[in-house]
Amino acid sequence: MSWFKRVKEGIVTRTEEKKEAPDGLFVKCPSCKKMATAKVIHEHQHVCLNCAHHFQVGSAEYFHILFDEDQFTELDANLVSGDPLQFTDTKAYPDRIKASIEKTGLKDAIRTAHGKVEGQDLVVACMDFNFIGGSMGSVMGEKIARAIDYSLEHKMPLMIISKSGGARMMEGALSLMQMAKTSAKLALLSQARIPYFSLMTDPTTGGVTASFAMLGDFNMAEPNALIGFAGPRVIKETIGKDLPKGFQRAEFLVDHGFLDFIVDRRELKHKLATLIRMLKQD
Amino acid sequence: MELELDFEKPVVELKKKLEELKHTEATSKVDLSAAIREMEAKLLELQQQVYGNLTRWQRVQLSRHPERPYALDFIQAICDDFIELFGDRTIADDKAMVGGFGRIGNETIMFIGQQKGRDTKSRKLRNFGMANPEGYRKALRLMKMAEKFNKPIVTLIDTPGAFPGLEAEERGQGEAIARNLLEMSVLKVPVICIVIGEGASGGALGIGIGDKVYMLENTWYSVISPESCSSILWRSWDHKEKAAEALKLTAQDNLDLKLIDGIIEEPLGGAHKDPEAVFKAVKQVIQKDLKALKAKEADVRIEKRIKKFSSMGVVA
Repeated sequence: MSWFKRVKEGIVTRTEEKKEAPDGLFVKCPSCKKMATAKVIHEHQHVCLNCAHHFQVGSAEYFHILFDEDQFTELDANLVSGDPLQFTDTKAYPDRIKASIEKTGLKDAIRTAHGKVEGQDLVVACMDFNFIGGSMGSVMGEKIARAIDYSLEHKMPLMIISKSGGARMMEGALSLMQMAKTSAKLALLSQARIPYFSLMTDPTTGGVTASFAMLGDFNMAEPNALIGFAGPRVIKETIGKDLPKGFQRAEFLVDHGFLDFIVDRRELKHKLATLIRMLKQD
Repeated sequence: MELELDFEKPVVELKKKLEELKHTEATSKVDLSAAIREMEAKLLELQQQVYGNLTRWQRVQLSRHPERPYALDFIQAICDDFIELFGDRTIADDKAMVGGFGRIGNETIMFIGQQKGRDTKSRKLRNFGMANPEGYRKALRLMKMAEKFNKPIVTLIDTPGAFPGLEAEERGQGEAIARNLLEMSVLKVPVICIVIGEGASGGALGIGIGDKVYMLENTWYSVISPESCSSILWRSWDHKEKAAEALKLTAQDNLDLKLIDGIIEEPLGGAHKDPEAVFKAVKQVIQKDLKALKAKEADVRIEKRIKKFSSMGVVA
């Protein structure tokens, strides 16, 4: 006879609720293996104090880092995915979506918001990698398109923070067309001379790289972020050779002329605000 | 010599029998016309049965048929004159991406397309139709030139994907494709895109933003090939048929999803069975659409083009 009885099956606490780590809990840096408290890491924009490794974080953390006093208005928060193809692999697509919503407390792999950065308006679209690998389906395309419309309407600069494995396979050609959709909208933003900042974080690959991520007026990246069109494994299989050290990392992309600069997350907000101020039209 | 696909075997065998029968009649002078007629009717019925109910995977196979007409075959057959133009003016000429000015009657058109090779040597030269960044930049250079001289653009899409190589990454494959998507959506001249073979992912889309987008009947267009999809989802290429079904990648699927504007029919058994008929059909579509598109102002075309792509997607 057991002393305790489980009332509900499985683990019922949502990841979102679990995230607030109690003070004193330690986090190990995956790069230098040094330990630090979760609280200290959080206070330093999720960057390792010892080796400056940038921990992978999501929209909640970036909004917290960027927006003044943590104040922002989320846009189109309730958009969720349909199932246009009735796609089923090991799991039916709607079940996969449902499970991801349960697991992450998010509706899809991107959130968009309007807030102020050092007192200046900015529209930010930021991806969440823990929602099906940050993959781009119709919801991401639509949210970015609407964020661009919002930027156009209110004449506010736009920033997209990318962290994605690429297009969402379960939406087939529909996900492919999100590349066309977002790029076409960016053409309008460009014609309106509204600045667009693209921040690529680890990792940014596939259809996201081959559309809006590479189309910034300012292409920026976090240190050591993996950025590419094809993934390293595919390239390795194609050429049958090991890839050079640092291949497809942010520093490699700067050297090849595809990024304006690399920005440390702790300097992101101020650098961004400075640029926005420089570009202000009188 | 006809190259047969696995599912075509019954048709090919019956055809062979028919040939034998005809040969027997010719050499033996016995009247077999009734039997021949009967067999011909049976062959037609069998062809309609086999080709009329193609699975998605079988259409993928037809889209890759080694005898299928390629971009330059189309251009040369459709145009009265064609002058091929080379190079991206920066680094190289990409042989997987071809282009140039062609003339149909009084109309000068910029043709651009991915080009595959037909034998080992030319396949290697064309890199199997997989363009590098310089291919996409060459395409953009030619499109910009067409815009400068106010000539419409026709792109012919046929690629298993943009090349996933080391140098391709160094030279910014992602940036090259992204730039084309943005620039093509605001080109001032009419743009017609036709998938003539394989439409694989960003590599296809990189020349695929048009006022009108068509697919030939036995082609595919999706975010990933059935093989790669299978290897990601089921860890092996063996489920490519299942993946093709799941991806809904045929011309009819894409029309149903409102991602393309129309389907151009192919002869029974695929474009390679009667290329002339396909060239004619494609030429007619180009001529008809250009007339309608040229009647509109550039601003109106651009607005409509952007609106069309902006409306793609399904959200709840």
